[in-house]
Amino acid sequence: MKCRVCRGPAVVDVRRHNAGFCAEHFIDHVHRQVERAIDDFRMFSPEDRLLVAVSGGKDSLAVWDILLDLGYDATGFYLDLGIGGYSERSKQAAVGFAQRRAAKLIVRSLADEHGFSVPELARLTGRVPCSGCGLNKRYEFNRAALQEGFDVLVTGHNLDDEVATLFGNVLHWNVDMLGRQAPVLEERVIGGDVALVRKVKPLVRLAERETAAYALLRGIDYIVEECPMVAGNTQHRYKEAVTLLEEASPGTKHQMYFGFLQRAAQRFAGDAGEGRLVRCSSCGAATPAWDDGEAVCSFCRTKALAQRRREQGPPERKSRRRRR
Amino acid sequence: MKVRLRNPDREVEVTGPKTVAEVLAELGIVPEAVLVIRDSTLLTRDDRVEEGDEIEVRPVLSGGSA
Repeated sequence: MKCRVCRGPAVVDVRRHNAGFCAEHFIDHVHRQVERAIDDFRMFSPEDRLLVAVSGGKDSLAVWDILLDLGYDATGFYLDLGIGGYSERSKQAAVGFAQRRAAKLIVRSLADEHGFSVPELARLTGRVPCSGCGLNKRYEFNRAALQEGFDVLVTGHNLDDEVATLFGNVLHWNVDMLGRQAPVLEERVIGGDVALVRKVKPLVRLAERETAAYALLRGIDYIVEECPMVAGNTQHRYKEAVTLLEEASPGTKHQMYFGFLQRAAQRFAGDAGEGRLVRCSSCGAATPAWDDGEAVCSFCRTKALAQRRREQGPPERKSRRRRR
Repeated sequence: MKVRLRNPDREVEVTGPKTVAEVLAELGIVPEAVLVIRDSTLLTRDDRVEEGDEIEVRPVLSGGSA
C-alpha cells in the first residue's frame, strides 16, 4: 500500500477514505480532520483558554498534543479516580506527556476533593462503576474549568465514542439523550454567571483506530491497559458491534454519526428535556430543576448516599427470587 | 512468528509467512479493532510478516463513560 500523498510506503490504512498514508502525511491528515471539526462546529477560537480533560489514554493525550501543535492555549486536567495501580500508571502517562511537551497540567484527586474513590463510591452506592465514574468526571471537569477560569472544556471523544453512544441511544430510544448528542455543548448561564462550561469534542472526525495510530506515530507514551472496572461495559459492546459493520462496509460509522447530525438531530432537539437550570442547594453547581422545589444535584445526592452507607455500613443483601 | 496480544497480555505462535490480514483472520481478530506493530513500526493489512518476526496486536477500542 502506498501513501495517497507522496506514493511512499504507507503505514496506516484508512479504509473509509480509501487511502493509505505514510507517517508524516498521516499526522497531517489527523491535524486537518481536527481543524475541520473545530471550524465546522465553531468549537473555539485561538483566544480561548482550553482545559483538556486527560486520562492518560491515547485519545485525550492525542487531542492535547494536536491542540498544542495547532497553537492553542491548552492546559491539561488529570483527575485521579483512585482505581489502584491503574490510576497511578495513567497519572504517570499524563504527567510524563506534560513534562515532554512542557505543557501545564492540573492534577486533582477525587479522594482528596470529596473523600471517595470510584471503587468505593461504586461499592457503597451499588451504582455501576462506569456510570458513577462518568458522573464524577463531568462534575469535577466542569468545577475545575470554572474555578481556574477556562473558557472551554475539551474531551478526547472520537468518532467511535459518539457512534457507540448514538447506537445505544437509538437501541433504547433515549430521545432526551438524542436531543443532547452533539460535538459542542453550549455553555449554560445562571443569573449572569457561567454555570456549565462549553464542552467540545475535536476528535469527532477521527475513528479510534486513527487516534491510536496517531499516538503511536507521535511517540506518545499512553496507557494501553484497559481500566479494570470496565469489564462487560455496554459502551464497549456497542463499539465492537459497530466496528464489525465498519469492517464489512467502510464508512458506516461516519455515515451514521454525521448523517444523524445533518438529518436527524434537529428532530430530537425538543426532547432534550434539559429543564430550567438552578444552583444545587448543597454545592452550588448547576442542576436541572423540574419544579419550584429545592434542587440537589446528582453528584451531591450520590455523595450523601455514600457517606450514609459508610457510617451505617452497606445494606444487607436480600435474597432474590429468579424471575422467568 | 510470535504474536503478542494485549488486555490481557499473552503470546501466541502463528506460522509464517503471512500477510497481516491473514494473521488476524487466523486469530479471529477484526482488523478495524486493532493496530499491528513490528519493531515500533505500524503495519498495514497487506504487509507481509515472516516466520521469525515478533508482532504486537494492540486493541484500539476503549470502554468507559464520558
